[in-house]
Amino acid sequence: MKKIWSSILVILTSLIAFTVSAESTSTADQYQLNLRKGATEISGQVYDLHMLMFFICVVIAVLVFGVMFWSMIFHRKSRGAQPANFHESVKVEIAWTIIPFIILVVMAFPAAKTLIAMEDPENSDVTVLVTGSQWKWHYKYMENDVEYYSVMATQQEQINNKFEKGHNYLLEVDRPLVIPTGKKVRFLVTSDDVIHSWWVPDFAVKKDANPGFINEAWANVIEPGVYRGQCAELCGKDHGFMPIVVIAKEPAEYEQWINAQEEVQRKAKEEEQRLLAMNMSMEELMSNGEQVYMRACAACHQPNGQGLPGVFPALVGSDMVLNDMAAHIDIVVNGKTGTAMQAFGKQLTMSELAAVITYERNAWGNDTGDMVQAKDINAVMTGQ
Amino acid sequence: MSTATTELDHDDHHHHAPSGIKRWLFTTNHKDIGTLYLWFAFIMFLTGGAMAMVIRAELFQPGLQIVDPNFFNQMTTVHGLIMVFGAVMPAFTGLANWLVPMMIGAPDMALPRMNNWSFWILPMAFTILLASLFMEGGGPAFGWTFYAPLSTTYSNDTTALFVFSVHIMGISSIMGAINVIVTIFNMRAPGMTWMKMPLFVWTWLITAFLLIAVMPVLAGAVTMVLTDKFFGTSFFNAAGGGDPVMFQHIFWFFGHPEVYIMILPAFGIISAIVPTFSRKKLFGYASMVYATTSIALLSFIVWAHHMFTTGMPVGAELFFMFATMLISVPTGVKVFNWVATMWRGSLSFEVPMLFALAFIVLFTIGGLSGLMLAITPVDFQYHDTYFVVAHFHYVLVTGAIFSIMAAVYYWLPKWTGKMFDVTLAKWHFWCSLISVNVLFFPMHFVGLAGMPRRIPDYALQFADFNKWISLGGFAFGLSQLIFLALLIKACRKHGEPVSDQVWEGAEGLEWEIPSPAPYHTFDTPPVIK
Repeated sequence: MKKIWSSILVILTSLIAFTVSAESTSTADQYQLNLRKGATEISGQVYDLHMLMFFICVVIAVLVFGVMFWSMIFHRKSRGAQPANFHESVKVEIAWTIIPFIILVVMAFPAAKTLIAMEDPENSDVTVLVTGSQWKWHYKYMENDVEYYSVMATQQEQINNKFEKGHNYLLEVDRPLVIPTGKKVRFLVTSDDVIHSWWVPDFAVKKDANPGFINEAWANVIEPGVYRGQCAELCGKDHGFMPIVVIAKEPAEYEQWINAQEEVQRKAKEEEQRLLAMNMSMEELMSNGEQVYMRACAACHQPNGQGLPGVFPALVGSDMVLNDMAAHIDIVVNGKTGTAMQAFGKQLTMSELAAVITYERNAWGNDTGDMVQAKDINAVMTGQ
Repeated sequence: MSTATTELDHDDHHHHAPSGIKRWLFTTNHKDIGTLYLWFAFIMFLTGGAMAMVIRAELFQPGLQIVDPNFFNQMTTVHGLIMVFGAVMPAFTGLANWLVPMMIGAPDMALPRMNNWSFWILPMAFTILLASLFMEGGGPAFGWTFYAPLSTTYSNDTTALFVFSVHIMGISSIMGAINVIVTIFNMRAPGMTWMKMPLFVWTWLITAFLLIAVMPVLAGAVTMVLTDKFFGTSFFNAAGGGDPVMFQHIFWFFGHPEVYIMILPAFGIISAIVPTFSRKKLFGYASMVYATTSIALLSFIVWAHHMFTTGMPVGAELFFMFATMLISVPTGVKVFNWVATMWRGSLSFEVPMLFALAFIVLFTIGGLSGLMLAITPVDFQYHDTYFVVAHFHYVLVTGAIFSIMAAVYYWLPKWTGKMFDVTLAKWHFWCSLISVNVLFFPMHFVGLAGMPRRIPDYALQFADFNKWISLGGFAFGLSQLIFLALLIKACRKHGEPVSDQVWEGAEGLEWEIPSPAPYHTFDTPPVIK
């Protein structure tokens, strides 16, 4: 008898030890079984709470199943067990109501404490506005003149099994969010279209991005590093393909980076104004346009311009594309409310917009011969 | 007690029972309607299961192989809708139809024509829903929870069909619930007092009240989705003064009691089976009744635990965390009572008992992960990951569905008069038990490691576990074909005849009438001691 129990105990403890030993390497590995401790003090607290809850649940399970399996082994009819007669006891019922209640109260205290700390975004040092849209993230630094879109960088060929999949398959972006370590960084989270959810497991931050409302969250990252996450709320077709990458840098390095970015973005704006005076050739427009199309439009309208019937309209043979250039520019620049068509005016530069509209009007047999130049876009945007 | 069944057999000759398809179309007999519900539920279970096979085949390895993401989303959505509204709920209604009148000594359900109607609109609802999959733009692709604005502004036009079919399902459920309540209130045999009712009757009575309370809320939610999408209202659109989070409050005010609608009847089934095969009375009958009632009442004040990440004020988060934790107390009482019933009993392990024991262990695992999910700060990490998928499949598949299988094995000999094929049944049990755990247990691990739910493709570190999960899924799917074979055999009345009591140790009115149960039972009410 003792032997059974001791062997059950050995199996259980080794299982738990296995689970715990697999904990908390900062990068995810193949056989990760558990939550990670993460990179902030809060995520550490969350991890500890998780382990506390897990152990309490294991103890409860072992006790309940222990009694149950004891009955199954020793009170079986085939061993000649005679049924007892008892079938109620108020004392026992009260005991197994009160004791679990007390255990719950004990659990509730540390949980409430951590929760209240997590929901206190006051006194932050840096604020970033995080905006989700189908299917990319936009980051805007509130204290600096820096903002940009962050799009998944994994190639379609990897997803379609034509190329070998890279190490960070589906978890890599073109432009990661950069934040300083050792500072309280506040995230204001919102959305331009459907509900998304901004989740970085290592920060224990998961906040829904609700269109028309702004949510708050915060993180104070201890160690510099690269932290990866994903959108956690079903947001349509490419929900599985909008990862989040955050790079945490030492404050001095961060300052350097943000100042450089400010400079780069200022110069880019000047360059855009300068390009307004220049006309691009058809070849240039088409080759630039194809690149922009694949990056910004193909997810819905499909690489072949055929769209998805009943979901996303086709561009091939579309009346607007073939005949109405003003409406075409307007819908690309300003989007169409009440549909999934986004306003690309703020996502792409004017020369990119010009190129992609030209591409759409001439690719896949549309062959209108129309050319759109950056200054045409500028005219629509400035309302001339 | 007496049953006066010889006269009942005789009565059948005076009954102008139509035969063939008309018998089933026009039937008002609770047993026929129960059979219809159960077969319908089983067909839907196989249909929803086929969709799960598509999902698991796509997720067998990283990359997109079989379906495109848009179709993948349709599969997850329709799989959920079919399993909840087409498989689990109709199966419980079918069991209620068969068993409630036999358990309380009533000749039939109180409203037999409504009973017919509430069944026959169900196939219409699911025909509409499934047909939308083949239309331009495809079926619903916004998850069974249809969060706005993904289901409004950003959905396709077949959303109207989705709304219509959910309305019909809701009407069917409400009619079924009214029937159960009226039957139990008015048609109990003399002497069948409230506290003598079998627990299956009690749990179904409480479930029926939950249904009447929340199905109209679901109807309201889908109607608002319809008007937001097609008629220019802005219930869930901030630009028009609405709020997308309000949708979630309304949906989960329906959705959480719905969870208990799918598990309370299971509690009743387990409370019938465990005492029979322990040859010992159920421990703590009264406390079981009170615990069921408390769970039902608490289920109305915990809905927002599905919404911790939506940005609620911290006070609301604390309230919903504490209220949710509280539900584990009455749920725990139930598990303790079942274990105490087995304690010092005289146990044997016939097939219904095997499923009931698996239910107790695996449902408890699902319950404990539910307790972990209640803890708000940690829920931020679990929410919308495979950890949640593992949790609700443990309570719904190894909970609700295992209890339904246990019930079918337990009462099938009473319905057909023949013992089912025990060898096949054991194969079904062991294959299901092993594969279901290979299927759902590793989901805890990938969820904790950070895999979001509802994605058609995943990062490489999740590849190995997903392979196992898919293999478990295929095996679980195949195992159900054993069940299909067994049921076909049973319906063709193969097998050894059984006694009236069928199982040594079974107690209750349904075990005192002949096997198979005659077409009409209790035309004269039985006498209850």
